[in-house]
This record gives sequence, structure tokens and C-alpha cells, in this order.
Amino acid sequence: MNAMTITEKILASHAGVESVSPGEMVQVKVDLALANDITAPLSINVFNELGTDTVFDCDKVALVQDHFVPNKDIPSAEQAMIMKKFALEHQVTHYYDLGEAGIEHVILPEKGLVVPGDVVIGADSHTCTYGALGAFSAGVGSTDLGVILATGSVWLKVPKTIKLVYDGSLGPWVGGKDLILFTLGLIGNQVYKTLEFSGPLMSNLPMSDRLTMANMAVEAGAKSGIFEPDEITRGYLQNRTDREGVYLSSDLDAEYDRIVAINVDDMEPQIACPSTPDNVYPVSQVEKVALDQVFIGSCTNGRLEDLQIAADLLKGKSVCRGVRLIVIPGSPAVYKEAIKRGIVETLLDSGAVIGPPTCGPCLGGHMGVLAKGEKAVSTTNRNFVGRMGHAESEVYLASPAVAAASAVFGRIAGPSEL
Amino acid sequence: MKFEGRVWKFGDNVDTDVIIPARFLNVSDKDELAKNCFADASPGFSEKVHPGDIIVAGDNFGSGSSREHAPLAIKFAGIGVVIAKSFARIFYRNAFNIGLPILEAPEADDLFEQDDPIRVDISSGKIMGAKDGEVLFAKPIPDFMRNIINAGGLVAYTKKARETK
Repeated sequence: MNAMTITEKILASHAGVESVSPGEMVQVKVDLALANDITAPLSINVFNELGTDTVFDCDKVALVQDHFVPNKDIPSAEQAMIMKKFALEHQVTHYYDLGEAGIEHVILPEKGLVVPGDVVIGADSHTCTYGALGAFSAGVGSTDLGVILATGSVWLKVPKTIKLVYDGSLGPWVGGKDLILFTLGLIGNQVYKTLEFSGPLMSNLPMSDRLTMANMAVEAGAKSGIFEPDEITRGYLQNRTDREGVYLSSDLDAEYDRIVAINVDDMEPQIACPSTPDNVYPVSQVEKVALDQVFIGSCTNGRLEDLQIAADLLKGKSVCRGVRLIVIPGSPAVYKEAIKRGIVETLLDSGAVIGPPTCGPCLGGHMGVLAKGEKAVSTTNRNFVGRMGHAESEVYLASPAVAAASAVFGRIAGPSEL
Repeated sequence: MKFEGRVWKFGDNVDTDVIIPARFLNVSDKDELAKNCFADASPGFSEKVHPGDIIVAGDNFGSGSSREHAPLAIKFAGIGVVIAKSFARIFYRNAFNIGLPILEAPEADDLFEQDDPIRVDISSGKIMGAKDGEVLFAKPIPDFMRNIINAGGLVAYTKKARETK
């Protein structure tokens, strides 16, 4: 048996073979198939066209109302209805509608639906988030997902792995978002590959930061991103699931496409300037652009830890007049805990508005769309032209700490300025 | 499968928000998708395209979201084939799955200009311009993807595979 990376080991076990190599096409069993209110309707068409009576396993499908909910208009309401009817008809265990639903990639880990060693395939590009838990996870389109709903398996090309080795210690207000933005700026586009986040710094990185980092692997064009599951993973999953998970690590002599060493000792908070996520600079080198909106939320940074950072910085401060600060907790559980801990009160006192759990403005859907010429700092994952609204609006991607500081100053600002 | 049409040039990193902005993802109707293709980047694109026209682009075409609405919108707008230096991973899969032919040809972007008339043979990967010497070959399509195309898309391929089981 040849030496393998974690990713290769997971794919081999799910393909029922002893070993796999990069470039090989394999058919793998899927442990969890995921779709949302935008992508599910097309998948359901495909599923129906295949003429299958029922989904491959009603416990292994997750359907989450998160993109355009609470329904923003009549067509969105109709799409949500298609998914709801399908979920109820096929008795999909993990169907989440408003009240239970939050952003898919926030609630699935929260509910313990993914364990190390799983293969998770979702009709959403940020499905790569689950690599944080030591699972193989990748986004596909609706047709692929429709076929998975019927068959429970998918064809994949085994990706080459790029090993990223992080060491050093993180400065104040520097975290997972800064690490992944810096990495995107460094490695550029890595289509079809997988990113293995490793090194001494990663071994101690909290789960919330791991989820943020794996979430944006797709922004490097990668198929997936993965962390070696460890005691932090075990601790996170405790009390969330009874499933054991398979705790794998890469063989010492596994083959890598590239190994990149990253020392973080002098790293500042990072910002991705318009209009690609890899257009990254340290915050001190970015022009102090005046802002119209700051958004804190999304599958990248909508967890409790993110809101806590924002509240710590905003306590006793006010959002600059003329700036809208929109905060959207990623799930009902995050929302509830943020209320309990006084985070919501602090944010409201500072002048923020709090939205219900949804993807919201991240993709320019609703609840914070930008007008022509408006500029925003956002904790989301993409700053493409027109991503958050008008084609002539601009989005700067950053951490919750940079977002909070920028909201106070009404311009791009680092947390150390507060 | 052969196409003959005019070239529509796009640069590098044409992302899915450019191909179809998310505000139009609340419908998956064919005419609506066609109408909203490149809504901000090239308003009225589908009215200007002649059936069988060809997009020629740079690196990383289709980056960003997994929305299948992107290749569908391009297909419904009347584009016959997309040629790029490289494609983003999910877009690449989606295009094959929904039956939009795509070819990777690193030289095409430098060779052809907007409105050039070109001919494309999908099966051989041969791309020909109107001028002498304007001939190049796209990277071969992987065998597995070719099987999907020959079956008529992933749905037909899956149906066939299940019947022969």
C-alpha cells in the first residue's frame, strides 16, 4: 500500500479500495448530501427525472433553507416550497426550516452531523467547510447532487494535495480569517487541488478558526481543504453526536504537490481588496477608504466566537454616523447564546442592526444589498464585482475584528486603532 | 458536435456572480436565465448572441459559486461552446453535466479577437480561425467526461448505468 494523505485515505475507504493516487477517478459513497433553497430545486428536477422512488438514505441528506429566507420575494418563496415539499415527502431527517435553520455550514457542524473521515458533498461551493472536522468535503452543482440524492455516490477525481505548514504565534486580533486571507494572497489559484492545513499553529487552532479557514479553500479554486482531526476536534464533537468518526493522519512519506511554510509571527490583520479574494494586503497598507456598510456574519464568520470578538471591540463604542452595521448570527443557537452572553445587547447599543440567521447580503440576495458606488467591509468570503449588490459597489473582506473597528471609524481600520 | 460562430471575448477570472448575479437565482426558468446572463457585465448579451457563438476566455473561467444556473444561463443564451485557458472546478463539472460543451485551449485567448469567426469540432478538439494558420487543438477531454457527453449528460449516463446493473 502506498503512502497517502488524509484526503487520499478517506477517498480510498469510501471507494472500497486499498489505496488511491492523485488524478485517479473514483466512485465514492457519500455520508452526507447537502443542498439549499437555491440549489435544491434544480437537484430535485434531476432526481425526479431519474425516476427514483426515494432518496438513497433519509438520514444522510441535509436540506437547509438559508439563502433567500425568510423568503425575500414570491419566486424565492416558491423555490423554498419546492424543497420543503420534497423534504417532507421523502422524510428527510435533516430538513431545517426557519426556527431551526441557520446557514448550512454553521448548523451542520453545530448539530454534530459531520465527523472525521466522512465524505460530505453539497450543492454549495462552501461545502469545503467540513474539512475543519477532518472530513473530505466538496461542493458540486445541482445535477451532481440530484444524482447523489438518488444513488448515494459520486465520481470524483482524487486531488493533488498542497501542504501548508503554519508556525509562529498569532498577534492580537489575528485569527483564522487573517490566516486564510494571507494564504489566498500567497498561493493564488490552485484549481482541482486540496489544501492540507498543518503545522504546530494549526494543532492549537480553535475549531471556529478552522471552520473559517477550510470554508475559504474554494476561494483558492481548491476542491477541498482539510485539517488533521485531533483532541480539539474530539472536544468540539463531544455532546454533539454519538458517531465515533475515523481519526486519520497523513503518512509521513505521503506525496505532496507542494509544501508551503508560513510563519505568522509578524502577521497583521489582513484585508482582501476588490474584486478577488486573493487581492490581499495587511490592513495598515490599505487605503483608509470611507465606508457605507459593515457586515458581520455568513458561513465564514457567523459563529459565536466571531460575534464575541465584534462585541468585545464595540463595547462602549458607537458605529460611525452614516455607516450601517449589519450583524447576522449564523444559527438560532448562535443567536440565543449571543443574547445570553450580552453580545446582542452590546451590538445593539453600539448601533448595529441584527438580522435573523440567513446568508443574507453575502451574495447580494437581501438584507443589506449595496447601492451604486457604495463600499463595504464584510466578514464574508467573496468580493467579486457586484457580489453584494450594484456592479459598481465594492466589498473588502476581513475578520470580525477589522469589521468592528471599521464600523466605529467609518473607514477601513485595524482593531489596534481602537 | 461542431460549432461555427462569432467569438465573444472575456478575460481571466470570469466568476459566477458575473455570469449570473445572485439576485436572479430565485428562478430557474430557461428564458429568465438567458435574459440575465452577464446582466451587469454585458447587458442584453443573449439578444446579441447568435446561436452557436463561442466564448473565448482566459484563466479560471466560472470561479466562485456552485450555481448550475451559470452554465445553464450561458447555454440558454445561445452560446455553443466555451473555450478558456482553464476552468474553475465546479463549473467544469456542471458544464459537462448539463450539456454545455467546454474546451481547455491555453492559446485561444491570445489568438482570437472579439467577433472573429471560428469553427470548433468538439470531438477532435480542433479550433480553426478564418485566417491561414489559425488552427489549434484543445486539451483532450478526460475519458470519463467523454462517456458522460456520449451518454447525453450525467442524468442519461446514470440512468444507463443503473439499467445495466
